[in-house]
Amino acid sequence: MPRINSPAELEEYRKGILSKRDPDKPCIAICAGTGCLALGNDRVISAFEEEIKKQSLGAKVDIRATGCHGFCEKGPIVVIYPEEICYIEATPGDVPEIVSQTVVGKKVIDRLIYTDPGTGEKAAHQPEIPFYKNQMRNIISSNTKIDPKSIDDYLAIGGYSALSKALFKMKPEQVLEEVKKANLRGRGGGGFPAGLKWETARNAPGEEKYVIVNGHEGEPGAFMDRAIFTGNPHSVLEGLIIGAYAIGSRQGFIYTRHDTHQLKNHIDIALAKAEEYGLLGKNILGSGFDFHVEVHLDIGIFVSGESSALMRSIEGKNPEPRPKYIRTSVSGIWERPTNLNNVETWANVPQIINKGSQWYAGIGTERSKGTKLISLSGNIVNTGVVEVPFGTTLREIVYDIGGGIPNGKKLKAVHFGGPMGGSIPESLLDTPLDFDELAKLGAPIGAGGMLVLDEDVSMVDVIRYFLDFLANESCGKCVPCREGIRQMLKIVTRISDGKGREGDIERLEEISEVTGAASLCALGKTASDPLLSSLRYFRDEYEANIK
Amino acid sequence: MKAGRALLSPEVKEQKRIMGRKQIRKATMDNDRIDRIIDKHRGEASSLIQVLMEIQSENHWLPKEALERVSEKLQVPLTRIQQIATFYKTFSLVPKGRHEIHVCTGSSCHVRGAGRLLDTVQDLIGIGPGETSPDLRFSLETGNCLGCCALGPEIVIDGKHHSKIAPGNVEDVLKDYD
Repeated sequence: MPRINSPAELEEYRKGILSKRDPDKPCIAICAGTGCLALGNDRVISAFEEEIKKQSLGAKVDIRATGCHGFCEKGPIVVIYPEEICYIEATPGDVPEIVSQTVVGKKVIDRLIYTDPGTGEKAAHQPEIPFYKNQMRNIISSNTKIDPKSIDDYLAIGGYSALSKALFKMKPEQVLEEVKKANLRGRGGGGFPAGLKWETARNAPGEEKYVIVNGHEGEPGAFMDRAIFTGNPHSVLEGLIIGAYAIGSRQGFIYTRHDTHQLKNHIDIALAKAEEYGLLGKNILGSGFDFHVEVHLDIGIFVSGESSALMRSIEGKNPEPRPKYIRTSVSGIWERPTNLNNVETWANVPQIINKGSQWYAGIGTERSKGTKLISLSGNIVNTGVVEVPFGTTLREIVYDIGGGIPNGKKLKAVHFGGPMGGSIPESLLDTPLDFDELAKLGAPIGAGGMLVLDEDVSMVDVIRYFLDFLANESCGKCVPCREGIRQMLKIVTRISDGKGREGDIERLEEISEVTGAASLCALGKTASDPLLSSLRYFRDEYEANIK
Repeated sequence: MKAGRALLSPEVKEQKRIMGRKQIRKATMDNDRIDRIIDKHRGEASSLIQVLMEIQSENHWLPKEALERVSEKLQVPLTRIQQIATFYKTFSLVPKGRHEIHVCTGSSCHVRGAGRLLDTVQDLIGIGPGETSPDLRFSLETGNCLGCCALGPEIVIDGKHHSKIAPGNVEDVLKDYD
């Protein structure tokens, strides 16, 4: 593959790819996301390959192992294009029938399609399934259309056109302005406006500047970043390069998990291919802009997802957080201006550049724009990756998309943000998904892990679980965090065992105040947030266990 | 540091120590392999972590001799290497068993009963998280979300997922791993 040296060459190459592709040619897209992979979809993929060979259909049918489709609950998922017929819980044994009946015969196999457990209604096509129908899949929908390892697939759906537009039709300031006007807020937890952060890094003194993709995703119950990054790595990379151009950075870092081999593999392939095509490295697309990316791996500790700790880790040191009196956007890696955003934030950038800030700001609520990816888990019928516009109510997410609570149980609470988040009771379920609304209720969105809890779950036990998690993950640098969490865990465990004592709740409140005030990083500062939110809404569960 | 260690009897501890030493003799990486890894990452900003990770991934644990070699070649004090090697849970300073059992204890698995599942696994193999059985058959780890919440509660053995598993079925599953 020769390098692409200009926007015109890029468009020509894209046309070349599209001209060789027949949109009516059948394509079998098999989900190879983490969930489906664990369910043995590799055997389904090989079965398809064998069957296609056996029926000598190699030239007439494409097979594509894709990233996560989102509907993990019903995996392995198989979608037959161009009709978008969706089969759930597919097994290798179903494969010969799918090929002869559906791929060749164009007939739907009734027993493999989705049936709504409530209404009994059947849905043969992916967009008709309630789980998908009630979402707005601006980002994750590309996952089903591409092979994550193929840069040509990404180019075929318009990939890197935003980069080309930014580099050749916009000045860095204009790119920055567009992201600011779109009011893209960081998806990693804080919800800080990305454009303002970029601006700080851009204006900070110093020649050498860095940009980072935080793909750490250490929060239990959060798996949406992995879904995008593994399923569509180029979309994140494209966003990163555009950001680097706006900020004036020539060196980027990707920080991600070591324990998901597929993720690392797809990122490595994406970087190598982008470089080969001239979309990364020296003189990108002939624009004169140079940008390089290095991959760094987290090796299994939660706090290394915290921005300042992550930067220490990239420097080769222990990932201990440090004070942020000076922001990392001014003084980050090796004391140089460093802009960090998470996977989902970067993945939003190409569409803002392509479709404009006005389009983007038209989606969502007044202060939370665009869509948000949610990892829906816990006591819920449809576990999976969900994408909805901000403003969607939690009730819609739980019932219309999530299919409600299994086994006829009642909903007790919805917990956001993992071990540093908060829970809200069923009575507040009509709250819209919105950074500020949820923060006001004590349950900030965090990265987007949404844990649904049914009536059988003890809130005290859930809080004990989160404190136990944090007690193990505290890096130990700040004594109030290290010891405070341990003491809170001790008291909550006592209460959870039904042996609570008079004054325990007050003591918990006291310790949480000190831990929050005297710890350096967000881990210690917000460690007691779940506890405080549960004391706010479920205090009676604590009191019932105190003698 | 690792839960449950204090509960082991002196005999088991001694047995573990001996088994560990045997394993060390067998599994210590030769210097050539270590040097190759070091050379590959030379000049990288965080080469130390990358080198340790690669040794861990090839050898499944970090023998003392390997750490000394890294210290010598990278000119990094051994104390600093040990600081990093003990900080991250991924690194093991003791040998690992033939089969690695991972019980997901993420939040979703937790509310779906991962606690009872972990108890059952611990009862059956007699070791706690972070430990290796004296016969080196199993190592047990807990993972905070393996990203497959739809399958929870689950255990992963040598990379194979056993999903939506009830405590009563664990014994059957473990039989297949010698």
